[in-house]
Amino acid sequence: MARWLLARVMNTHAGAFGLVTVVVLLIVAIAAPLVALHDPNAIAPIDRLQPPSLAHIFGTDHLGRDLYSRVVYGTRVAIGVSIVVMSISLSVGVLLGIGAAYAPRALDQLVLSIFDIINAFPSIILALALVAVLGAGLGNLILLVSVVFIPQFGRVARAQTLSIRNSLFFEAEKVLGTQPWRILLHHVLPNIIGPIFVLASMNIPVVITIEAGLSFLGVGVRPPLASWGNLLHDGYTYLDQSPWPAITSGLALMLATLGFTLLGEALRDAIDPKLRRER
Amino acid sequence: MTDRAAILQMESVVVRYGRLTAVDRLSLVVGDGETLGLVGESGCGKTSLAKALVGLTPIDRGRILLDGADTSRGDATKRGWLSQRIQLLFQDPVASLSPRLSVRRLLQEPLRIRHALTPQTWQEVRQLVVDLGLSESLLQLYPHQLSGGQARRVSLVRALAMRPRIIVADEPTAGLDLSVQGELLNLLAQLQRRLGLTYVVVSHNLNVIGRITDRVAVMYLGQIVEVGTTRRIFDRPAHHYTAGLIAANPVLDRARRRKRTVLQGELPSPHDPPPGCRFHTRCPAVQERCRLEEPALRPDAAGHQVACHFPLDGG
Amino acid sequence: MAAPLLSIRGLEVRYATERGPARVLRSVDIDIPENAVVGVVGESGSGKSTLALTLMDLLPGNAQQSAASLLFEGVELSSLPRSQRRRLRGTRMAMVFQDPMSSLHPLFAIGTQMVDIQRTKHPELSSRDLRQRAAAMLTRVGVPDAAARMSRYPHEFSGGMRQRVMIAMALLVQPKLLIADEPTTALDATIEAQIVELLRDVRSDIRGSIILISHSLGLVADLCDHVVVMYAGEVVETGAVDDVFGAPQHPYTRALLDCEIDPWAAVEKGAALPRIPGAPPDLVEMPAGCVFAPRCPQRHERCGVAPALKSLDGNRTVACWLR
Repeated sequence: MARWLLARVMNTHAGAFGLVTVVVLLIVAIAAPLVALHDPNAIAPIDRLQPPSLAHIFGTDHLGRDLYSRVVYGTRVAIGVSIVVMSISLSVGVLLGIGAAYAPRALDQLVLSIFDIINAFPSIILALALVAVLGAGLGNLILLVSVVFIPQFGRVARAQTLSIRNSLFFEAEKVLGTQPWRILLHHVLPNIIGPIFVLASMNIPVVITIEAGLSFLGVGVRPPLASWGNLLHDGYTYLDQSPWPAITSGLALMLATLGFTLLGEALRDAIDPKLRRER
Repeated sequence: MTDRAAILQMESVVVRYGRLTAVDRLSLVVGDGETLGLVGESGCGKTSLAKALVGLTPIDRGRILLDGADTSRGDATKRGWLSQRIQLLFQDPVASLSPRLSVRRLLQEPLRIRHALTPQTWQEVRQLVVDLGLSESLLQLYPHQLSGGQARRVSLVRALAMRPRIIVADEPTAGLDLSVQGELLNLLAQLQRRLGLTYVVVSHNLNVIGRITDRVAVMYLGQIVEVGTTRRIFDRPAHHYTAGLIAANPVLDRARRRKRTVLQGELPSPHDPPPGCRFHTRCPAVQERCRLEEPALRPDAAGHQVACHFPLDGG
Repeated sequence: MAAPLLSIRGLEVRYATERGPARVLRSVDIDIPENAVVGVVGESGSGKSTLALTLMDLLPGNAQQSAASLLFEGVELSSLPRSQRRRLRGTRMAMVFQDPMSSLHPLFAIGTQMVDIQRTKHPELSSRDLRQRAAAMLTRVGVPDAAARMSRYPHEFSGGMRQRVMIAMALLVQPKLLIADEPTTALDATIEAQIVELLRDVRSDIRGSIILISHSLGLVADLCDHVVVMYAGEVVETGAVDDVFGAPQHPYTRALLDCEIDPWAAVEKGAALPRIPGAPPDLVEMPAGCVFAPRCPQRHERCGVAPALKSLDGNRTVACWLR
């Protein structure tokens, strides 16, 4: 199954590019200490705002820190945050969604209303508001952005579960006397995974952007921890003195967003027709 | 009637979906080891009844006794009680198989449910697969890769793996070509002899019903209008609807083609059944009494039952 | 012997599939006489529905057809430009589908549609006259309260009523050739009987021929004069319906007839039902020779070469080396 997916994704240029980019980013994120060439937090005021050179291949920021290394560690933050956020949203969302599908009407409507309330706010505004109440910082950031995405997973999981409960094979399992936990594990979950997976992969670039945005605004990841967002902020502040901080962090953000989006779309195209054919 | 022991007894069963009464005070007995046919057109309630028998749809009134036990009380309501005694073969076999499981896992599932998956039981299941004419190479396929006939047989093995005494078959020959129909029906007959099964066959195909059933119950708008031996139903139907239904069946042999008594009128909607005898709006022998009074299902001396004030042949 | 209304010679239709072209119809030769009701019987994969679609020029995009000759009323259909071919549809050739919802527009009232189809044929009549003709026809086919029903929409009619509307529309158009593809399969038994009775009743009103496609041998025996038996894309036998069903010449026809269950036949309970073992051939990788040979109880060495459709006495044809 995985091999088949791989083949389908690599089939298109866009998909191949996306996959390669994501793989590279993942490697960079995991092996950051190995990939970075300097300590990202090493301050050297003498070397501030230098253009790219052999010693600093991306140049330096306003505190003389190596841009390349900071971008590399920023990758860690971007990818780390998005994966953790997705995992939390997915788990909570799917749980709530399946629960709502099985629950009595009143409870179902309650859960849906909560989803609607969360969805009513544009994601960044909501995240900002929550940060304002609960304070900034990486931990809070992760928690709050997770909340923003729960409704999407919840709705998809609920809709899929409802459609499965109405299906003939679900009835067949009931006639067979299949235990409810077995139905959930072997018949509901496997049929939900496809669309959920696609949703997750398409949302990762959104999370990356939100994190970068919040960090840019100063309410996300705070310096000295490197995030593309706050790198961009600094770069913006010192743009007239050196374009390199802004360019390098901006490019990294662009590349990551593009790569994940293309990969997500390729996965969706690969998985969806399969689902459609099976029905 | 039948001189077999009763394995299924339906007593004044009522099945409702909201305000629609799909099955209305239906009483019927199924004998152990027999093949009972349930016939009727759209809206007659035969599918709802079939679902109620296997516990998919709750009964609003009345009761169903399986081997003497009331299926709505006590032990019989526990998950697994019904499924180990009565199983259902669905009309659309491919759609009734969970799409993400391989045939192998689908076949192992009933054994796991019974906590009885052992090398020996698995071997028995595989043997059954072969006996039913399927190749073992099917085990690794997924439902959407199976033909209708193959999926039907896989469903059959799954049902049999629960060791039921009764199997309800919903349109077993639907979608099957004429040339392969016989194969499935022969299979079902063999299994019945070998395992002592009781069958309830829901079908609109009168030829099949006429050949494989011992008794037939004819349904119209949620009620039984006639029950009797297959022979009697086909040779001397007592209810006017039964006669119309039999006459409507296209017959190949020109010599046997009877004078067509084509039933006029539309099938009334089950949401709004006619008063009195529900069939009176289409009955060629309708009289005043039929519009006012609902006829009860009454047996004659031979045990044949008909619900009609003025049955054919004087009942 | 009058010239046939429709004469098909050497019709071939292929569908493009992932595995290669599927030869859905192969060297089909059929004659449809004037004023006859011809049944086309066959099981899944026989190609009978494809035949209907080919005649009406309704084949899907991935289909390729070629025919040595396709003569309708003496005109070679393949020589006509697409637009003319299209004009034949609904005027000289009409089709009734298994599901009337496929041919009735869901957003227009029945009356509007019935008036519409008459315009080509009767440009001189006013809308009012056309409506009257339509209402009269609805009554003729047994739709009660015809005038009021004209303003109703297709979804407000039951299945049986919709088929009656379709038949009424066919009668209004007065085609020379009416093709009915499984017209009663989706209907309940007693409603089916009503439609069969109606078709028999209006048969004389149709001054043309009817092709009835069905998997039901009984239905064909009931309504048709002639029958064409198809198997896996080929015609295996044709003739008068009583001749073919009474004394079948092709082993497939005989085997198929044996499979038809007679509920009144006195049979001992344990007896097995007849069937045809095996399955129809793969239409993409067709084996050489007679298409039925792998399943034929009477196959022999000659069957390695495909037999041609041969004429027998009494206006019958059969494709089998045994005759």
